[in-house]
Amino acid sequence: MNVEQAASFAFTPENEAEADKAVARYPEGRQASAVLALLDIAQRQCGGWLPRVAMDHVAERLSMAPIRVYEVVTFYEMYYDRPRGTHEVRVCTTTPCWLRGSADLVKTCEAELGIRVGETTEDGQYSLSEFECLGACVNAPIVWIDDDYYEDLDPEKLKAVLDAFKRGEAPKPGSQSGRQTSAPAPGLTTLTAKTAKEAR
Amino acid sequence: MLQDKDRIFTNLYGVHDWRLDGARSRGDWDDTRAILGKGREWIVEEVKQSGLRGRGGAGFPAGMKWSFMPKEVDEKRPHYLVVNADESEPGTCKDRDIIRHDPHKLVEGCLVAGFAMGVHTAFIYIRGEFVREAQVLQAAVDEAYEAGLLGKDACGSGWAMDVVVHRGAGAYICGEETAMLESLEGKKGQPRIKPPFPAAMGLYGCPTTINNVETIAVAPAICRRGASWFAGFGRENNTGTKVFCISGHVNNPCNVEEEMSIPLKELIEKHAGGVRGGWNNLKAVIPGGASVPLLPKSTCDSVLMDFDALREVKSGLGTAAVIVMDKSTDVVAAIARLSKFYMHESCGQCTPCREGTGWMWRVMERLVRGDAEIAEIDALLDVTKQVEGHTICALGDAAAWPIQGLVRHFRDEIEQRIVDRKTHSRIQAA
Repeated sequence: MNVEQAASFAFTPENEAEADKAVARYPEGRQASAVLALLDIAQRQCGGWLPRVAMDHVAERLSMAPIRVYEVVTFYEMYYDRPRGTHEVRVCTTTPCWLRGSADLVKTCEAELGIRVGETTEDGQYSLSEFECLGACVNAPIVWIDDDYYEDLDPEKLKAVLDAFKRGEAPKPGSQSGRQTSAPAPGLTTLTAKTAKEAR
Repeated sequence: MLQDKDRIFTNLYGVHDWRLDGARSRGDWDDTRAILGKGREWIVEEVKQSGLRGRGGAGFPAGMKWSFMPKEVDEKRPHYLVVNADESEPGTCKDRDIIRHDPHKLVEGCLVAGFAMGVHTAFIYIRGEFVREAQVLQAAVDEAYEAGLLGKDACGSGWAMDVVVHRGAGAYICGEETAMLESLEGKKGQPRIKPPFPAAMGLYGCPTTINNVETIAVAPAICRRGASWFAGFGRENNTGTKVFCISGHVNNPCNVEEEMSIPLKELIEKHAGGVRGGWNNLKAVIPGGASVPLLPKSTCDSVLMDFDALREVKSGLGTAAVIVMDKSTDVVAAIARLSKFYMHESCGQCTPCREGTGWMWRVMERLVRGDAEIAEIDALLDVTKQVEGHTICALGDAAAWPIQGLVRHFRDEIEQRIVDRKTHSRIQAA
C-alpha cells in the first residue's frame, strides 16, 4: 500500500533533548537500546505514526542499519507505519475482558464511531483496533484510548467516554464505575487501616 | 487469613500517597543502608531461607537464582539486574498496582537485590501500554536519586546503583526473559536459545538476572522482617504472601494480597464476593494466568492456591491470576480466544509455534461451532504435544496447555457440540 511519505524528519528541540536523555540511559556503545524510546518520541511528534524518514533518522542517530529499525517497527504492536487517527481507540478482547462483555464494547465503538475494527474515521479523528490483554483484568472490560485506560466499562459507560472525547473533553481515566482502582467494589476486605501509619 | 500487619503491599489500591514521603511513612527505605551493611551473602541467604519463589510464573527459587551470578565482578563484564514488568499474561494485573501505587518498594528492591548480586545497573522493563504507570515509576526513581537513595552512594552505603526505566512497545513475548534481553538491546523480541543462561551471558553479553516485579519488591520486606517471618506463611516450599488477581465471573473482581496456599474457594468468596450466581454456578477456573490449564468446579472446591497443589492437579500457580468462568460461559470459545492470543503473540521464530498456534486456533474455532469430526479432537491434542517442548521458549507450551486442559475436563461438551451440529444439519437436509 502506498502511503504519502514526508520528505524529511528532524526532532523538535524539546524532543531532541528527550532523545539525548533516552540515549544517555544506556552504556556507551549500547545506544541501540534506546530505539524503542526514540521511535516513541518520533511517533508522537509525527501524529501517531512513523514515516520512513523518521525511522531512517532514528537509525542514523543510533548508528543502526535502517532495516533493523524497520523490523523493530513492524514487530512491536505500538508502532504504526502508516497514518492513524488523532485518537487511538483500542479495545481489549482477550478472555478476561471477553468474559465481561468486551464483544459488546467493540460493537459500541463501531456504532459510535461509524467504522469497523481496523479502520480510521473519515475526519481522521479516531482509529479503532482490538488489542490483546492490556493487563488490567480485574477492571475488565477495558478500552485504551491514547495514553489512558478506561476500566469497568459497559456499552453505556463507554458511550459516555466516547461522547466526551467527541466534545473535545478529556474524560477521567480509570474505573468508570467509581470504585477505588482494583479494590473490591463494595468495600475493602483488606488494608482497612485509615491512615498510612496504621497500614505500616 | 493474612492480617493487615503482615501485608507487604500496604498501598495496593492507591488509597495513600505513592510518593517518597508516603512510602517512607509505610516503612519503605527505612535504614536500607543497614540491610546492605549485612553484606551480599547475608541477603542472598535470607532470601533463600524465606523460600521466596519467583512471582512471574515459573516459581523458581529466587535466592538460588541470585546465587547463580558470578561471585566476583569482572570489570569488563558488569552485572545487570533486569526487572520484568512486561506484565501481559492474560488475567494478570498485579505488577501494575505495585508500580503505580507502591513504586518505591520496587525501586528499593532493585537496590537490595542489585547489591546482593554485584549489580550497579538495574533495568525495569515495563510494558509499553502502561504509559501512566511508567511515568509514576520514573518519578519514583527520580525522587530516589534526589534523596540520595540511588546514585553513586546509594543510601550512604558506598554502593553505586542506577535504576533505568525502559518502556516496551507492545509484545507479549518480551515477557520471556531472553526475548526481554533482545528487546532491551534494541532488537525484535525473539527468545534466545539457552544455554548460555543469562546468569553467564545475558544483557550485552554480561551476567544478568531477570526477576518479576513482585519478586524484587518483596525482597526489602524479607530482609527487614526476616526470612522466618515470610516463611511462616503458606505451606512448606510454597511460602510467603502473594498478590492474587481475581477476574471474570465473580461479583467483585479485585486484586488482593493473601497468604500463599489459601484455598481457591476461600480466596474467591472472601475477597471477590463469590462466583456470580453462587458457588454452584461455577463452571471452571483458570488459576494462574492464561497459560495454565483450567480446573473444573470439582477441583476448585478444595484446591489450594500454591505451586505444588496446583501442579498436583495438572495446572499451575503461574502468576496467580485467577480467571473465573460461571456456567453461562462457552468454555470452548473462552479457550479458543486464548489460542488466538498465542497465535497473535508467537514471535514466528520456531516453526512448531509459528505454524502450530495458527493451526490450533483454526481447529479451536471449528470446535466452537461444532464444525468438526470427533477424531479431530485427538488430532488437536496430538498437535499440542508436537508443539509442547519443541520450541526455543515456553510460548509453545503456553499455547498447548490451555487446550489440553480443556479437552481433559470438557471433552464431553466438545463432542456433544459436534454431534448436535451433525444432527441439526441432518434434520435440515431431511
